[in-house]
Amino acid sequence: MRNPTAPLPSPAIATAGTAPPQAAAHPSARYYLTHEHHPANSTLLGFWLYLMSDCLVFACLFAAYAVLGRSYAAGPSGADLFDLPLVAVNTSLLLLSSITYGFAMLEMQKNKLRPVLIWLGITGLLGAGFIGLELYEFMHLIHEGAGPQRSAFLTSFFALVGTHGLHVTFGIVWLVTLMFQLKRHGLGLENRRRLMCLSMFWHFLDVVWIGVFTFVYLMGVLP
Amino acid sequence: MSAPTDHKASAHDAHGQHNDHDDHGHEDGGASHSTLKGYVTGFILAVLLTAIPFWLVMGKVFPSSSVTAMVLLGFAAVQIVVHMIYFLHMNTRSEGGWSLLALLFTLVIVVITLSGSIWVMYHMNVNMMPMSIHDMKNMP
Repeated sequence: MRNPTAPLPSPAIATAGTAPPQAAAHPSARYYLTHEHHPANSTLLGFWLYLMSDCLVFACLFAAYAVLGRSYAAGPSGADLFDLPLVAVNTSLLLLSSITYGFAMLEMQKNKLRPVLIWLGITGLLGAGFIGLELYEFMHLIHEGAGPQRSAFLTSFFALVGTHGLHVTFGIVWLVTLMFQLKRHGLGLENRRRLMCLSMFWHFLDVVWIGVFTFVYLMGVLP
Repeated sequence: MSAPTDHKASAHDAHGQHNDHDDHGHEDGGASHSTLKGYVTGFILAVLLTAIPFWLVMGKVFPSSSVTAMVLLGFAAVQIVVHMIYFLHMNTRSEGGWSLLALLFTLVIVVITLSGSIWVMYHMNVNMMPMSIHDMKNMP
């Protein structure tokens, strides 16, 4: 809280014409902003800062994979395990879900609720397809005896790809919740803000996936 | 819950009142004006930048692994920039430049984390004490 002995001039006074002479006469007033600075989209900036901290989480996981990714402990390597056509399908699902979310945002700007819901639904289905394929891949690896406990390579692989998959899963949960909220309350100011936050989250996960498919899968199968 | 249009109108009025000493009045439009053209351009670029790396690896285009790895990293960097611009609508003006500043700060930390880990752990592996008698016998 601010110091109660030096009250802040209220924004209403500050914006009135009499404020500058008062501020000049009162020496302590110059240390305070005469009007509060509130960007209109401060929630979006805050959410962006969250995404940047999430980016640091992924940076640590990428660093762990970079260090441990070739420690196979006489077990299978990436070239033995990774199924690149499956990864290509997975990547295209996520990429398609990015543009369908973009279409939902465009319909939101046109204030059309029904197309927004349809595009969001398609985005959610594509995301669910991505998660399904990833779970299938994980089950397949564990079934082959290449689970996270097999080698340092597989531990760091499951940690990195699993964290990304968990993010996508929670993104889908958020998306479904938001669809119910949209259906109930329409495209109000609050729901627009939520849609924009989820848009950033979804596109951010796609950016992280670029790093994953390049660094883990494609570079992992190189001889 | 009040109507959203009222909110917006009052916000604009408030901005208009002290517009002479507040140059941030126009920023609320910066992040939200996405266009169909922007999304489609970004999507086509992203598809190309994804397909070429997969083709490079699956078609075994370059014989050398290190060349392929460098090219892959280059494509990934370009694609990340494309996604940032066309999908996340990153520019120097959004949120008055604060989101770009946060992004640049994060990039610095990410680069330090990644290159530092790889560098330190590589040297540690090189200088590691021999682990077994067999290794010891074959010491240079």
